[in-house]
Amino acid sequence: MNNGNGRRLNGETEEDDDDEGSEGDLDAWERTYADERSWESLQEDESGLLRPVDNTTLYHAQYRRRIRSLSSQATTARIQKGLIRYLYIVVDLSRAAAEMDYRPSRMAVVAKHVEAFIREFFDQNPLSQLGLVTIKDGIAHCLTDLGGSPESHVKALMGKLECSGESSLQNALDLVHGYLNQIPSYGHREVLILYSALSTCDPGDILETIQKCKKSKMRCSVIGLSAEIFICKHLCQETGGSYSVAMDESHFKELILEHAPPPPAIAEFAIANLIKMGFPQRAAESSIAICSCHKEAKVGGGYTCPRCKARVCELPTECRICGLTLISSPHLARSYHHLFPIVPFDEVSPSVLNDPHNRLPRSCFGCQQSFPNPGNKPSLRVACPKCKQHFCLDCDIYIHESLHNCPGCESFRHSKSPIATEE
Amino acid sequence: MPSAPTKLYADDVSLLVVLLDTNPFFWSTSSLPFSKFLSHVLSFLNSILLLNQINQIVVIATGCNSCDYIYDSSLSTNPGIENGKLPALCSELLKKLEDFVTRDEQLNKQHSLPPTTTSSSLLSGSLSMALCYIQRVFRSGPLHPHPRILCVQGSSDGPEQYVAIMNSIFSAQRSMVPIDSCYIGSNNSAFLQQASYITGGVYQKPQQLDGLFQYLSTVFATDLHSRAFLQLPKSVGVDFRASCFCHKKTIDMGYICSVCLSIFCKHHKKCSTCGSVFGQAQSDVASASNLKRKTPET
Repeated sequence: MNNGNGRRLNGETEEDDDDEGSEGDLDAWERTYADERSWESLQEDESGLLRPVDNTTLYHAQYRRRIRSLSSQATTARIQKGLIRYLYIVVDLSRAAAEMDYRPSRMAVVAKHVEAFIREFFDQNPLSQLGLVTIKDGIAHCLTDLGGSPESHVKALMGKLECSGESSLQNALDLVHGYLNQIPSYGHREVLILYSALSTCDPGDILETIQKCKKSKMRCSVIGLSAEIFICKHLCQETGGSYSVAMDESHFKELILEHAPPPPAIAEFAIANLIKMGFPQRAAESSIAICSCHKEAKVGGGYTCPRCKARVCELPTECRICGLTLISSPHLARSYHHLFPIVPFDEVSPSVLNDPHNRLPRSCFGCQQSFPNPGNKPSLRVACPKCKQHFCLDCDIYIHESLHNCPGCESFRHSKSPIATEE
Repeated sequence: MPSAPTKLYADDVSLLVVLLDTNPFFWSTSSLPFSKFLSHVLSFLNSILLLNQINQIVVIATGCNSCDYIYDSSLSTNPGIENGKLPALCSELLKKLEDFVTRDEQLNKQHSLPPTTTSSSLLSGSLSMALCYIQRVFRSGPLHPHPRILCVQGSSDGPEQYVAIMNSIFSAQRSMVPIDSCYIGSNNSAFLQQASYITGGVYQKPQQLDGLFQYLSTVFATDLHSRAFLQLPKSVGVDFRASCFCHKKTIDMGYICSVCLSIFCKHHKKCSTCGSVFGQAQSDVASASNLKRKTPET
């Protein structure tokens, strides 16, 4: 990105790749001394040894703010989340996607992160389905239909990465609207638009299209790669989605992965319904059957639909013969942590730490890492409000982001938190 | 969240986290006495440490009221290390285990658990602690042993721990940590079978408990790299069917509430878990494709 001398003019030879920043005349190795000053990221500790600046507490403080804000929304809104999601990802492959402000090009960065997002999406929402749409030359094409298998989406995306032409937001919304109208009423309709262009070239009135989407209860979110655009902001405000603009590649990754966990559901948007689903048994190892997805004979290792007895290769899927949704109980269990989230841990205040009357645990309850002696530094431990055990900052992040169980609450039978009946 | 660990150590260095079941309700009725069981397990642990100089072992005890760390072979406070001899893990481990069991029983008395409740051990707690420890090992730098978890369990599954155990299993799957299970109880444990299947570990129920050391050392002592070319017991008949919330019977076709994912075996008008009324539009806009319109129940 050029912020110093000169705008980027089309058609002129550009040397901006080498001379970014305001000092056009310093070489890269000189810039590490003049601009980046790597020696400033070192600090002396008490014994005079050098060590890098402790970023963990800063990182942890940011992380805690994020968790706090998420949990305060959730508790006030009675934790209703849209667990069965039908999401379309719209990838903008117009001329603007070839810009090189993201290395190697916006398109390549978007494709890489969309792949990671697809895997994360199916990991967190096993009952949901995803589809891909691209915008090229002003026309929207459906790359893949709504489906539950990550491999087919990723393969289709990586196979067709070329960009040209204008971008048209209205065509994309019309196409997605047509597809999402056909899904069952209990599903949550969502669109995620990854927009690189700064304009949209539409055949009609886009505001009408936006009203149409709003009436069909589609939640549209946009992640911009260039700058904030009014029409995207209007679209997101009208439909209840979120609009964000990425500043760099790691920020883009963070923004897109924020859409992986189920968003808070707006109750009127989807009608509660009982969905008939099957729980197939695994076929015996030596059984031979013709599988309904590949149409060839396979030995052992598949699943049998309980209604029509057709063989399918993997779960979750929809039986091709009778249309029954087939899942296994772990797939449902993957979503239970959204319904029973754990409370954020509280920081242990330094006054408690320094009080000599308190008998404090010396090591983290989860990983047994010993805590450094409390001093005047910000506290490096957190405590669970229910079981009162102390944990280190890394365990805190792991517990809340991946494990979703508090080891302390699980390890003591009588310090119980209400967990609904299951199985 | 760390991704797959980088393999810079030699391939066969392993970190084994053993979750030992010390539930007194199970051991009082088991055919294998606890002391014999411990001798099998201790010989097994010693043999793991002999396989490679940098192998590590961590033992966590799963009680019926609490869980705790018993032994960590990487701590340098182990006695005997300065003589150049192999640290004798017996004495320290046994002492800590005894303290743990005593404390666990105290908790039993404090809360006066009625003896008729089906007592399960707190597997979810020890799995969670094991996973936190393994995350710490991942964070320790590029050179670390390959972790895996071995559950030696005899108590039956506690259905109240289902959600917590499934969360731990999925987290282990993401971090690529296999969970092996050696089940020494009477019927098969569905939770452990699912755990081993999903994470890529080995589930085995030994037929003859007095040869337990043989099962442990031939099946569970294998490190992750060698498993690619060894024939280990295959998973047979993992039951992934769900149980309905209303009768707790296993079903192979059921109805799922779209809001809270509760499973029912018959069509109901209202979800008993989240209270949503089915088929009823919650806003003014009529829905097109609904089966029936029900007036909301009071």
